[in-house]
Amino acid sequence: MITRFLLQNMDKRGGIFLAILLGSAVLVPLSNLLLPASSPFHVPTSTLSLWGKYLCYALLAVSLDLVWGYCGILSLGHGAFFALGGYAMGMYLMRQIGSRGVYGNPILPDFMVFLNWQELPWYWWGFSSFPFAMLMVLAVPGLLAFVFGWFAFRSRVTGVYLSIITQALTYALLLAFFRNDMGFGGNNGLTDFKDILGFNIQAQATRAALFSLTCIMLAAGFLIARGIVVSKLGKVVTAIRDAESRTRFLGYRVDRFKLFVFTVSACMAGVAGALYVPQVGIINPSEFAPANSIETVIWVAVGGRGTLVGAALGAVVVNWAKTLFTSGFMAPYWLFALGGLFVVVTLFLPKGILGTAEAIWARRRKPDSTPAAEPAPAE
Amino acid sequence: MNAPVPGALTSSLLYLDGVSVSFDGFKAIRGLSLTIEPGEMRAIIGPNGAGKTTMMDIITGKTKPDVGTVMFGGTVDLTKLDEAAIANLGIGRKFQKPTVFDSHTIEDNILLALKSKRSVGKTLFWKTESPQQKRIDDILGIIRLADRRDRLAGSLSHGQKQWLEIGMLLAQDPKLLLVDEPAAGMTDGETAQTAVLLKEIARDHSVIVVEHDMGFIRELGVKVTVLHEGSVLAEGPLDHVSANERVVEVYLGR
Repeated sequence: MITRFLLQNMDKRGGIFLAILLGSAVLVPLSNLLLPASSPFHVPTSTLSLWGKYLCYALLAVSLDLVWGYCGILSLGHGAFFALGGYAMGMYLMRQIGSRGVYGNPILPDFMVFLNWQELPWYWWGFSSFPFAMLMVLAVPGLLAFVFGWFAFRSRVTGVYLSIITQALTYALLLAFFRNDMGFGGNNGLTDFKDILGFNIQAQATRAALFSLTCIMLAAGFLIARGIVVSKLGKVVTAIRDAESRTRFLGYRVDRFKLFVFTVSACMAGVAGALYVPQVGIINPSEFAPANSIETVIWVAVGGRGTLVGAALGAVVVNWAKTLFTSGFMAPYWLFALGGLFVVVTLFLPKGILGTAEAIWARRRKPDSTPAAEPAPAE
Repeated sequence: MNAPVPGALTSSLLYLDGVSVSFDGFKAIRGLSLTIEPGEMRAIIGPNGAGKTTMMDIITGKTKPDVGTVMFGGTVDLTKLDEAAIANLGIGRKFQKPTVFDSHTIEDNILLALKSKRSVGKTLFWKTESPQQKRIDDILGIIRLADRRDRLAGSLSHGQKQWLEIGMLLAQDPKLLLVDEPAAGMTDGETAQTAVLLKEIARDHSVIVVEHDMGFIRELGVKVTVLHEGSVLAEGPLDHVSANERVVEVYLGR
């Protein structure tokens, strides 16, 4: 039943996307580890880590597209779920440092010793266990999304009001995590990680494995999101996006459907955050910054809202451009470029890069037929 | 067809008594009483602001009355339930402005309306079985859209959207259908076809039709209730009602 659920009506676009991801998961780490640095096919470790980061963002973008593109919930706080997943992973990595920290305390992370804390706070218990930490990666963002959504959707908060309170949510978490007495390292966050599951986190092979894992998790996230979207539940969710009260008069409990996709999406964002932290080596409160969540919305809009593959593509393209623009003489102009990109896409490519490319492709192949009727997400 | 339920207050399918509701001091409905028998088709007319749409909002749970009784099937108090619960009891509603799901195909619109379990889990792992597919095909035939089933609903004409919405009501298989101005904006030919369609539906469903178009109501040939300023002004066959002096007064504005 699960296989049928994940693979039903697989289209060409999704198939190509999965093939690229799974191909990269195998070939890129192999080229990094086995080919000599002089080979033209060698992928340097720095590139590998950079692209691993992009793919984490892509998973975050897919999770946002699930709620925004298909259910019309414009979350401006999805970065919060990403950061919470990241913190859960960060807490596990902190506990792995053991007595190798600067202060050599076998139990307490350095920042707690520095703050003169005597014992580990209760909410750090269990994070030395990898399975427990992974459970928290899913459970903490999922639970927050569930509780938040339960109140918001039952009270029928929609549209711009919902967007504003999601923004407030991530901002509140930003302020909370900045505080030293929260016990999450204050504004420095969690860093100085040593190893993960006993493997040195700096080692080339570990980095290659993390990249590979990110590819696989992005593929899995895409499959789950796609399975949801093409199911009858996905049709209900799209119906809610386009005509919410009509859906209610058909007898669907709109709040429960919204709650379901919102929670699934938050868990997915949490996984993206958990993969991100070991690859960049740090998690701090700036990940909760409202601007990060808004940037995620831009990735999805640029790639193509309501397409899933487009969201992933948008995240990679925008972040690749960001790396390009912020490392050189163009650096001061990056934010202008990003803002300009958003305006250009909104005005000229309302379906994003992927939607526009597919429309052109369809017209080329059938030059005399009318444009194919593509479902267009309503505002 | 429906025997009175034991313990029921009334044998009527729908029973409204002394219902009033006001918005910011404006009394949209005042002391409205109305009963619909099982299997009955009723037309409701009235000038603008008579409270026709508000009455539908009350029956479908969108608006809660300030006072009054609204009973369904003799036992269920509709004022205590929300829209989804009322829809699942078997009350379907067609809006004045046709509201279909534009970015879904015509067939998917019917599928979404098709009577089935509405829970998250059931819809996530839904598989359309052959009797359900047959029912969808039948409805597509009745509303004359079978050959366009894969087209997006957004591409339909106004009249076709009205039919699709009626088809969605059929798929819901409600005990009671509320139909708000089904002939609005239709050509004469489409209006006549809609009347035929509604009469077909009324053979095994109770229907309330709100309509302005007198010709359309004449074609339906059913009992008429005239609303005015939130309460019932007259009730009976169309000829009887249209002979009523007060009705003429209200409609012609003296």
